[in-house]
Amino acid sequence: MKMAEKKRGIWIFGDYRNYFQNRVTIQLISRARELAAQIDAEVSVIVFGSGIDQYVNEYIAHGADRIYLTDNPRLAEYSMETYSFLMERLARREKPEIILIGATSFGREFAPHVAKRLGTGLTADCIGLDIDEAGLLVQRAPSFGGKLMAEVIIPERRPQMATVHPGIFQELPHDAARRAEIVNVPMPDNMPSDRIRIIGAERCPVKKDNLEYAKIVVCGGRGMDNKKKFAKLYELAELLGGEVGATRPAVYLNWVGREAMVGQAGKQIRPNILFSFGISGAMQFTASISNAKFIIAVNKNPTAPIMRMADVAIVADASQICNSLIAELKRRIRG
Amino acid sequence: MLKLVVCIKQVPQVSDLPWDPDTGRLKRELAAGMMNPACRFALEAALKIRDKIGARITAITMGPPSAEEVLREAIALGADRGLLISDRKMAGSDTYTTSLTLARAIQKNIPEFDLILCGAATNDSGTAQVGPQLAEELDIPGIAYVNDLEIVGNKARVRRLEDDFIETMEMELPGLATINTGGAVPRYVSMRGFQAAFAESDIVMLDAVSLGLNQDWIGAKGSATQMRNVSSPMAGRENVVLTGTTKGILDQLFMLFDDRIGGVIGKDLKTDKR
Repeated sequence: MKMAEKKRGIWIFGDYRNYFQNRVTIQLISRARELAAQIDAEVSVIVFGSGIDQYVNEYIAHGADRIYLTDNPRLAEYSMETYSFLMERLARREKPEIILIGATSFGREFAPHVAKRLGTGLTADCIGLDIDEAGLLVQRAPSFGGKLMAEVIIPERRPQMATVHPGIFQELPHDAARRAEIVNVPMPDNMPSDRIRIIGAERCPVKKDNLEYAKIVVCGGRGMDNKKKFAKLYELAELLGGEVGATRPAVYLNWVGREAMVGQAGKQIRPNILFSFGISGAMQFTASISNAKFIIAVNKNPTAPIMRMADVAIVADASQICNSLIAELKRRIRG
Repeated sequence: MLKLVVCIKQVPQVSDLPWDPDTGRLKRELAAGMMNPACRFALEAALKIRDKIGARITAITMGPPSAEEVLREAIALGADRGLLISDRKMAGSDTYTTSLTLARAIQKNIPEFDLILCGAATNDSGTAQVGPQLAEELDIPGIAYVNDLEIVGNKARVRRLEDDFIETMEMELPGLATINTGGAVPRYVSMRGFQAAFAESDIVMLDAVSLGLNQDWIGAKGSATQMRNVSSPMAGRENVVLTGTTKGILDQLFMLFDDRIGGVIGKDLKTDKR
C-alpha cells in the first residue's frame, strides 16, 4: 500500500511572550490557513518553552492544525541560540514549505539566524502575503520607510521565510472545540553550550511609550521662538497621547533635554503621525523621520525642506498653530 | 590589543530621494550618500571601548566605489583603517549574500577579531538581518538591538530593551552585537580627524576575486530572495499645503484629516457627533 503523501507545511513560530500585548502569532495562523488552502498545506505552530500548555491551547483554538512542542525547564527563558538550534533541527527534519515569524523584536532577530542556518531567504517585516500562480509565497514589504513597496519571492530555496508586521491580519475567533495534533519534540542530548548567558530579563515596570516607539510625536525646533512657547508642545502631546521630540538647535538652546533629540546624533522615530513645529528640516533631522507614516509640518517658510516632504504643509507661525490646535482639540475631544 | 570590526553602510539621504516620475522608482545612483545613522552609533560604541581599554578598529563597508566616503569619515572619527568591498558582480545582494561576503572579508583580513559591531538597522532597506546573519556565517554568538555595551574580562556585557524586557546578557568573544540608535551620542569629526582621513588614510580595496568568492554565490545571482516588483505607493507624500488665517487653517486641517488624526489617537474628532 502506498503511503499517503505528506502534506506541505506552513509553520508559524509561537511567540507567546507578551501574549496579551501582541497577538501576531494568532493573526498569522489565520492568514496561514487561507494560504494553506491554496497550496493544500497544513498549518503548524512551533512552541518552545517551559509549562506553556495555555499557549498551545490558544493556538489550537485559533486555528492551528498541528503543534510541534518542546516543553522543557531549560527553555524557561527565550534564548536566541537555543531556539535557533531547535528550530533549525526541526525544520531540517520536517521540511516545511513556509515559515512565518511575527515581527516582534525577538522575531526580527530570531528569523535571520534561522534563515541563515537553513540556507534560505528571508523577507523582513512584511505587510502582505499571497500565493501566486506558481504556488510561490509573494511577500510584500515596505522599504525606505514605506516610500517603496517591494514584492519579494524566494524562487528556489526552502523554506520560504518572512517576518510579518503585527496587526496586519485579522485573527480567527477563539473556538474551544477545535482539536489539533500535538507532536512532542524532546530536547536533544547534544545541545550546544550557550555562548550567551542571560544575566537578567526584567519586564519593564511601566509600559512607557518612549519617543522611538510612540505612535504620535510632536517635534519642535528653533521656530518655536523660546523655551516658554516650546513648553506648550507638551500640552499638545499630552492631548494627543504622544511624546515630545526636538531638533538639535532646540536641545542646544536648552529648551528641552538631550533625551528628546531626534536626528542623526539623536533618536530615530517612526510615528504614525508626526507634528513638526518650527523645524526647517536639515538633512540630519529629516533622515531620522523618514519612517513617519504621516507628517504635518508647520513653518513660516513655505520653501523649507520639511514643507516639501510633509503630507500636510501649514504655512504659519508654529507657536500660534500649536496654541490654536490645543484649544481646538480640547473642544473636539470633549465634543 | 582588542581587535574591533565595525560594519558600516552608506545609505541614500532619504529626505531628498530622486524619483523617476515615470516608473516611481528611486534613482539610487543620483542620491547623495551618508553614513547610516545606526552605523554611526556602532562606531561610537567601538570608539568608547578603545578610549577606555585600547583597541584597533577596522571599519568595513560593502557598496559602490563612492562608499569609500563613509570609510574616510569613520577614519576621521577615529577608526584605524578601512576595508572597501566593491564589485559590480555584488549588485543586488540580499542579506544572505551580503553576510556571506562580509564574513569572507573579515576572515581574510581580520581573522583574529574579538568583536564585530554593526548598526541595528539601516535607513534604506531596514531589514536588520545582516548583523545576525553575519554572526551565523562566522559561527559566533550575536546579540541584536543593543543599547549599551562594555567589555568585562574576555566577555561583552550588553543591555538592551527587547519586547518590553530589559535584558542584561554576557556574550563570549569573539562575538557580534548590533547597536541601536539612541545610546551614547556619536562624536563629531575633529579637525585633526579630517587630516587623518585624507592624509594617511589606510583603505584597502577588495573584490570578489580577492576574496575568493565564486560569482554564483554573490550579488543577485547568489541571493535567496528575488525582488519581483518595486512600486512607490505614494512616490513622496500628498503634500497638501494649507495657508491663510489660523482659524481657516485649523478648519481645513480637521475637515480633511479629522479621521486620520482621530484614528491614531483613538478619539472621535468630528464636531457633529450624534
